Amino acid sequence: MISKKIAPILFCLVIAYISLDKAKASEECFENVSRSIFKFNMVFDNIILEPIAKGYNKLPNPIKIGTSNFTSNIATLLSIPNALLQGNFSQLGHTTGSVIVNSTVGILGLFNPAEKMGLKPHKEDVGQTLGTYGMGPGCYYVLPILGPTTARDTIGMIADTFVDPFAHITIREKELMGVSGNDLDYFSVKGTTAVDFRADNITTFQSLEKNSIDLYSSFKSIYLQNRENKINNSLGDQDDWGSLDN
Amino acid sequence: MNRFSVFFITIFLVFQPYLQAYSTNPKEFIAELVGEAITTLSDKSLSVEEKSKFIEKIALENVDINALGLYTLGELRKTSDKNDVSRYQEAFEKYFLKSLTSRLTDYSSSKFEVINSDQKSANYTIINSKVLPEDGNPEIKIDWRIYTKNPDKPLIRDLIVEGLSLARTQKEEFSSILSSNNNDINVLISKLEEFISE
Repeated sequence: MISKKIAPILFCLVIAYISLDKAKASEECFENVSRSIFKFNMVFDNIILEPIAKGYNKLPNPIKIGTSNFTSNIATLLSIPNALLQGNFSQLGHTTGSVIVNSTVGILGLFNPAEKMGLKPHKEDVGQTLGTYGMGPGCYYVLPILGPTTARDTIGMIADTFVDPFAHITIREKELMGVSGNDLDYFSVKGTTAVDFRADNITTFQSLEKNSIDLYSSFKSIYLQNRENKINNSLGDQDDWGSLDN
Repeated sequence: MNRFSVFFITIFLVFQPYLQAYSTNPKEFIAELVGEAITTLSDKSLSVEEKSKFIEKIALENVDINALGLYTLGELRKTSDKNDVSRYQEAFEKYFLKSLTSRLTDYSSSKFEVINSDQKSANYTIINSKVLPEDGNPEIKIDWRIYTKNPDKPLIRDLIVEGLSLARTQKEEFSSILSSNNNDINVLISKLEEFISE
């Protein structure tokens, strides 16, 4: 039987093999399968995620803001090792400072005093770190529930669970500075993050669904542009208008 | 004052808001255009139909829909039959206007601010702006790609919302439809027409 530790490594190798064959993110690994999974995800969204997000949006604003701050503060933990791995010491200062200030003065991250102090942490993950090392995205596909991804980002997503301090104390069941948790804590926070994101984007999703003639491709384009921008830490301005000077 | 003068003055006063020309300076152009759009779209006395007409009018006058259509068609614009491209352009314009009005008529009140202007070349200026929704949601950064080849008539070619280019998203959506249909422009035109008639 394959041990729990070897399984993720084997999975990464398979993904890396797939990505070697298809270098560009615009290329698909298995488009028909991805389109089917996308349809399934849309049904899941319509039946479960969207109704929960709509209910969440009815909560009083202070509760929503507090929840959003809390999950965002936990997500920023992952940015600390990644800022270090990227050699971005300015970001390392911003992310570490933000987590410390918000976890203490901000009462476990429910408030965001770090922002008022001028701390601006970027969200960084291993996929972005690999991107800054020059690793291409590999081919694009859709995962059940988790949504759009690329070969590189899937490797990154698995690696995230090894470098993320929050994953370390929850799903890895280790203790860090006297704090520990379990799987339920990890998945509850991730689930709440997803609901918070979905709730923030209710109208954007509705508009996309209403106005796209190929929704799958719109999501793909948005995902890839967003990842590109996150790797470059910029809001992209790609000039590919070429000779359109009519 | 003769009857004709009264008639023309009345016509001018009725249509005055629509005859208003925006500044030729890209930064002021966006500030004035969006300012007027916000005022009109948040006017509760106007019906959805009136708002739709307003959006269509300012889009036709200030967005380079023709170039946007060609851009979103990608390389196929160079190899397709001219009549097909022309039919595509016609369908694209209707598609664009329908999709734009559907997005904007539900507009909720926001504060708009032009932050910066960055001239990329003689033909392009990027205007950085931000929208601050009044419902407490986080601010949204919007960059405007302005085509300035004719300095007397700047035109909007793209909106980059939080780093996501609407033109590029549209282009990649069309490209996917084309590549799964042997690059047949007629399939794309049919899909656009289907959307328009819905």
